[in-house]
Parts: sequence; C-alpha cells; structure tokens
Amino acid sequence: MNKTARVAMVALLCVGAAACNKKEVKPPQAQGVDNGPTTTQPTDNGSGKYQLGDLERDACLRQRVVYFDFDKTEIKPEFQAIMACHAKYLQDRPTSQARLEGNTDERGTREYNLGLGERRANAVSSALQAAGGSASQINVISYGKEKPVCREHNEDCWSKNRRVEIVYTAE
Amino acid sequence: MKKLKQLLAVALTMVMALAVGPLFAQGQQVLTGTVQGMTKSAIPIAVVPFAQSGGSPLPTDMADVMRNDFNRCGKFRSLEKSEIVEQPSQGADIKFATWRLLKQDYITVGRISDAGGGMLKVDYELWDVNRQQSLLAQSLTAPAGDLRGVAHQIADQVYEKITGVRGAFWTRIAYVTAVGTGNNSVYSLIVADSDGYNPQVVARSKESLLSPKWSPDGSKIAYVSFESGNSNIYIQDITTGSRQLVSARSKGINGAPAWSPDGGRLALALSYTGSLQIYSMSLGSRDETRLTNSPGSINTEPVWSPDGQSIYFTSDRSGQPQVYQMPSSGGSAQRISFEGKNNAEPNVSFDSKQIAMVQGSGNVYRIAIMDRSLGGQIRYISPGPTDESPSFAPNASMLLYAAIEGSRGVLYSVSADGKVRQRLGLAQGDVREPAWGPYRQR
Repeated sequence: MNKTARVAMVALLCVGAAACNKKEVKPPQAQGVDNGPTTTQPTDNGSGKYQLGDLERDACLRQRVVYFDFDKTEIKPEFQAIMACHAKYLQDRPTSQARLEGNTDERGTREYNLGLGERRANAVSSALQAAGGSASQINVISYGKEKPVCREHNEDCWSKNRRVEIVYTAE
Repeated sequence: MKKLKQLLAVALTMVMALAVGPLFAQGQQVLTGTVQGMTKSAIPIAVVPFAQSGGSPLPTDMADVMRNDFNRCGKFRSLEKSEIVEQPSQGADIKFATWRLLKQDYITVGRISDAGGGMLKVDYELWDVNRQQSLLAQSLTAPAGDLRGVAHQIADQVYEKITGVRGAFWTRIAYVTAVGTGNNSVYSLIVADSDGYNPQVVARSKESLLSPKWSPDGSKIAYVSFESGNSNIYIQDITTGSRQLVSARSKGINGAPAWSPDGGRLALALSYTGSLQIYSMSLGSRDETRLTNSPGSINTEPVWSPDGQSIYFTSDRSGQPQVYQMPSSGGSAQRISFEGKNNAEPNVSFDSKQIAMVQGSGNVYRIAIMDRSLGGQIRYISPGPTDESPSFAPNASMLLYAAIEGSRGVLYSVSADGKVRQRLGLAQGDVREPAWGPYRQR
C-alpha cells in the first residue's frame, strides 16, 4: 500500500470513528436550521403543507437526532426548530407515525439508563405534542445505553450517545 | 480516594499470576483470566495432584481446579504445582516435615479409581500439617465427565472445614456476551461454572439481553430481551430450555426482574403509566401490585432482602439515583445510600448484612459495599471507572461485577474484601451482566 492510499484510508477511518481526533470533534449540534423558518418551508405545492418525500428533501426534517446534556432531559434551544418542523410534519400528514428512540451514554447502570433514555424520549414526545403533533402518531421506546453510536470512553463520544432518534415508521 | 490508592499499591506490589484459565470448551468461548493480588492472612494450603489407578489419563486435573478455587477466593494461598515436591495420595504417606518446611498449614491428598459404568470414585483427605491431624476423609462417586464439579465440591468441603463458612465454588454463574457490532451483533445469555468453565448458551438474540436473575432454586433465569423491539421480560427454564414471556407491555419499559426468596413473585420495573415504577407480580396468577408511587422519578433495579420482607431499589426521587429500601408489599421507602454522588443497582448478601451497589462520583463508577453490621460503613472493592452489576456469591465470600477495559466488557470475580480479583474475559467480544447463582443441590 502506498503512502497516499494509507493516508486516504486513515482519513476514511476517521470519518467512521468520530473520536479519532479529539481536538477537532465538536459536540453534536443541530445543523442547517440556523435560518429558522426559511429552511423549514415545505416543498410547497401551494398548500403550505409537508408532502410525502419531504422527510428526505427538507433540510429541517432531515435532522432527526436530538442531543442532550449529561444527566439532563431538557431539550436544548438549538433543537426547537427541529421539534417545530417534525411536529408540523406529523400534523400535515396524519397517517405518519414516529418512533422516538431514547438513548444514553455509558455512565450509570443499564436498567437506570433505560429509565433515563425513556425520560428523554418522553421529553421529545411532549415537545412534539406541544408543537401540534398528536400523541397517537408517536411511540416512545428506550434503549438506554444498549445502542451507542460511539464507543470511546470520553465526553466527545458520550455527547453523541445522549440522544433521541426520530424514526418514521410510516411516512 | 486515598484508601483506593493504598489498595491499588498493595495490589500492584503483590500481583501474582497464580492461575491461568482454560482456552476452549464445548465450542462456546470460555472466560479466561489470571488471579491477581493476595492477602497476607491467606491460609497456605497444598493441593497434591490426585493419584490415578489405571485407565487412560483424565482430561481434568482436579487439583488444579481446587487450587484455582482457593486462590481466587482470597482466603487461601495454594502452593504452586511446581513446588509440590512429593505426591502422597493418602494420609499415611504424608511426610509432614516436608510440608512444614514449605510453610503449609493444610494439605489435601486424594486418589481416583474406576467405579465401573463410566463412574469414577474419588477419595480425598484434608490434613492439618502442624497438628498432623486428619480433618476430612471422604469419598465421592461421579460420572467421568463431571470431575470439575467433583473438584469444586471437594474445595467447598475443605473451605467449610477450615473457615466454618459454607463453600460456594460448586455454583453457577450467568452472564451476557455481546459479539460483533451493529446488525452483526449477537447477544448470548450464558450459564457456566463459577470459575467460568462449561459455558452453555441459554438464549441468543440479535438485540440486547440484560439483567439475568437466577430463581432461588437455580432452575430458571429471568431476563430482559429486546429481541421483539421493546424490552420484554422472559423466564427461561435452564434444564428444559422452555421459555415464558412474563411481561411485554407495548407501552414503556419492561425491565429489572427480581425473584422473591420463595420464588413465587417477581419484582419488576414498568413504565406504562408514564414513569418507571416498581411492581410485584405473582408468578402464579400474574397479578401485579404497584409498589412505588413517585410519579416522574425513575424507580428500578429492585432486589429482595433474603427474608422477603424488604425490597431495595434505585430511585432518583431526590434528584440523583440513590438506593432505597421499602417493605416488599410497598409503602414508604427509606433512602439508605449517602456517600458518593449517586448509587444504584443494589445487591444484598445472604445474611442481609452487606449491600453492594454501584457508586458514581464524577466519571468514576465503582462497586461499593455498605456493611450494615458495621453501622453502614462503606468499602470499595473495585477500581472503576466503569464498573457495574455487583453480584454476591451465595456465601458472600466473593462477588462478580462487570467492568470495561479498553473497549471491552469483562467480568471480575473479587474477594469480598476487594483484595484478590480474577479478570474473566472473552478472546473476542464483550462480557457483562454477571449474576451469581444459588447453592446447588447434590
């Protein structure tokens, strides 16, 4: 293997392993929603409502992970826009169904973390409902610390694991 | 913290590789590891290899099994095989001067003979070296395939004769292994001998398995599985392999099973009301009684006191998770953990005197034991930083717990004073969620 190939490979590995370079890894944040409502506009066909397919097209709807602070269940301000657009989607498409999957970092016991993950998912559920989503469209499940996306033992990694994933089971 | 450093320093200076585990058995990966640390008060004992009269060489070195049992429990220090210079097989052949010179307090000798029909007869004797006195002389008959079991039973007899406490080597442990990641993950619930040998797969799943708990008679294991999507509780009979779905509410968590001491009830944590609360389910009628009523807080990880009167559990009703105690019929709970930032996952010794728990301070999670016979005094038996799932042996002489080393989950067995530990890891994959089973009936 020549040097260039090796460098390329290391780079690729780093894309996968998020904590490769600790200095450059930033805590996860909502992206692409800085402009608020302007990027959360449905692909309008005149109705102003979200359509089938918008989950893949709309910059806001494509954001489906909400991150939390350690031992916290409050939804941070930067995720309010995501709550708003997903609530609107649920409202606009009454047949859609979302599963909210609560997750935690590795600290603390497994069963306690099941509870903590559920509390986070419940917080997202409440926020979606407060913004107009219907409880009948939302399912909550907690995986606790059973499904980490990052397996290093540091805050960079933990911050990626403390999350609720919004998974549409019906679009 | 100072105490921990001292403990570590002692452990480091006294680290000895006393025994090495096996490599493979029956296709399933066996937990392997070395015993580390030593206590000054450990009793020296020589376990002379068993003499064999006739027949082909046996696959099991029984003396080796016993030596490993004695070393990892922390109460004994067995003479290394290479230092066993004479090989008596009965009391009359023991030259006591030799063993006194080797500074041994006790010696065991024995012999194995064919009892016909695939059975072996094992005779053994325990002698007090200084008094030149016979303490035990017994004979056991067992299938040739169960020599490890026989060795553990002899070690139990010797342990009890010398310490006055029933031995717990001839017991089983349960744990969960996780091999592979993502869609290729395979989780297995395993039952093995207390030293990690003879692992048997009890259940397998592509999704997480957790919280295995032994029924008091050792015939069943309750556990949580995500195999159908949500967390559900199953009870599996480990002899017949038959399985019952015990709790599968579609809304919320079905978790943290715990057997009552009489085996008639299962405490569990359910969140269908909106928050995680503890219930007690009759295994006969399946009726559930809600035991905790603190909406909004997490209440989980119940464990029964040995007399069945109380349930210990984890709750964050005061902000951080802490350990509480309440009547097993429900009612007001009393907080019992006050040290560290938080405490969780209690496990109670057979005599109710000691309560092991996971204590978190900062990012360090260690196993702490609260000794209620010493006014709630706390001692730490693990170094952290990611230790959990403490589980007492039925005689409380040792515990199992789970730790993370590097990126791997491993188990440790540790003497109750925290001074001697054996790492139990897989060649590949994670080990977690240990549960020490009850005494076995012969």
